[in-house]
Amino acid sequence: MSSWQIIQQSLPLFEKGFVLTLWLSLIGIIGSIIVGLICSLLKYFQVPVLGKIAAIYVEISRNTPLLVQLFFLYYAFPVFGFKLNAEMCGIVGLIFLGGSYMAEGFNGGFDGVSKTQVETGKAIGLSRLQLARYVVFPQGFTLSVPALAANMIFLIKETSIFTVIAIPELTNTALDLIGMYYRSNEYLFMLVVGYAIILIPLSIILTILEKRVRYGSFGN
Amino acid sequence: MAKEIVKVEHLEKFYQKRHVLHDINFSVNEGEVVALLGPSGSGKSTLIRCLNGLEPYQQGEVTFNGEKIVPTEKNWQKIRQKIGMVFQSYDLFPNLTVLDNILLGPVKVQHQSKEAATASAEKLLDQVGLREYENAYPRQLSGGQKQRIAIVRALALNPELMLFDEVTASLDPEMVRGVLNIISNLAQDSNMTMIVVTHEMNFAQQIADRVLFLEDGKILEQTKGSQFFEQPQTDRAKAFLDSMDF
Ligand SMILES: Nc1ncnc2c1ncn2[C@@H]1O[C@H](COP(=O)(O)OP(=O)(O)OP(=O)(O)O)[C@@H](O)[C@H]1O
Ligand SMILES: [Mg+2]
Repeated sequence: MSSWQIIQQSLPLFEKGFVLTLWLSLIGIIGSIIVGLICSLLKYFQVPVLGKIAAIYVEISRNTPLLVQLFFLYYAFPVFGFKLNAEMCGIVGLIFLGGSYMAEGFNGGFDGVSKTQVETGKAIGLSRLQLARYVVFPQGFTLSVPALAANMIFLIKETSIFTVIAIPELTNTALDLIGMYYRSNEYLFMLVVGYAIILIPLSIILTILEKRVRYGSFGN
Repeated sequence: MAKEIVKVEHLEKFYQKRHVLHDINFSVNEGEVVALLGPSGSGKSTLIRCLNGLEPYQQGEVTFNGEKIVPTEKNWQKIRQKIGMVFQSYDLFPNLTVLDNILLGPVKVQHQSKEAATASAEKLLDQVGLREYENAYPRQLSGGQKQRIAIVRALALNPELMLFDEVTASLDPEMVRGVLNIISNLAQDSNMTMIVVTHEMNFAQQIADRVLFLEDGKILEQTKGSQFFEQPQTDRAKAFLDSMDF
């Protein structure tokens, strides 16, 4: 069979894998942003107990590989009586990992708001909450956009690890096909194309967004 | 007898182990303009920041408008809307337009109606000649314009005391006069009570009813403005004035 035929035949499978990668990434990214924002707010407002718990979570999450987190969810959790299917494991694992990265992204943005801005806000009598709402958060979010964007790309790439728990996303699809038909050139080519279709446009959009928030929202 | 707006008694301030303000005592009466002068590092900024609670102090009392301040963050937050402060780094909020910068305090802190606050803000903008910039963002303004807006932002809260910390120090020379004029007008026309830290000796001489001369965290002398610049009481103040090419 020619390469072209190989590729054509594998298209439906790659399409499925592509859609799954996209879905898992999307849910993972949204979940990570929510978890990250919550952790970051707990830290910013120095919420007792919950703030500490969030800090411990961030440390654990950042200092363990996704691979290990996935094995833990997939193989160790059922031992304690929690059984999640592979896709749920993947999503939970991705959010567990991404939440801490996003939290650090937000933290960096909030910390980046200058001390003199904060003092000026205090000097006009703003409360802690008002200071956060009108000064620190609007500026901090803008500052955190580049880090959040980098994290999104990172998380999408991390979905390739899902193959170890047999989720049929892009990488898993390619590795399966290679295992069955021994045509690695064609399938690896398809794999690269699949990720490129997701990542290249996204990274262009994010770059434009970064420029816009830098110049746009604060006037010209 | 004139009303005492602010009174400081036996104030002591440390940065960790470092003792930067020693037994500070003074008061400022309503309508009085006090210039806080002294060499770099003498503690002028630290002192002025203690007066609106931006710096905690370890001992002593600050009385504002006859009320002794219990120095908790919550109390300071209430008092700060009555004390306007303008810094060297004008620090307008870059995410807000000029008008929104000015309205933030009156509307969110003092709960004035937006219409009323806008009307007063526009009047103040007229007075500093920047009405046409109300919808501009800070990055579209020059340093001098930003500083004038920062002054308006502080005045919009109708403060009873204004604190100025070297507000012209980071401006280009041609911008300085405009900003100083606004402060002079405030002293003369509005009879505003204020404490002014400045390196502009001509300006200080022109507006100061009284001079506090600070060195190494101590008030070395408190002298009437007219007298301080002619015949300071201490040799240190004399040396300081000489060093300022004055
Ligand atoms: N955040 C800080 N931590 C530790 N030491 C500080 C801090 N801020 C100021 N100091 C020290 O306190 C002393 C007084 O500083 P301050 O800034 O009040 O002086 P200043 O009179 O305003 O000087 P300048 O004219 O240069 O503005 C200085 O010795 C300074 O090094
Ligand atoms: Mg200073």
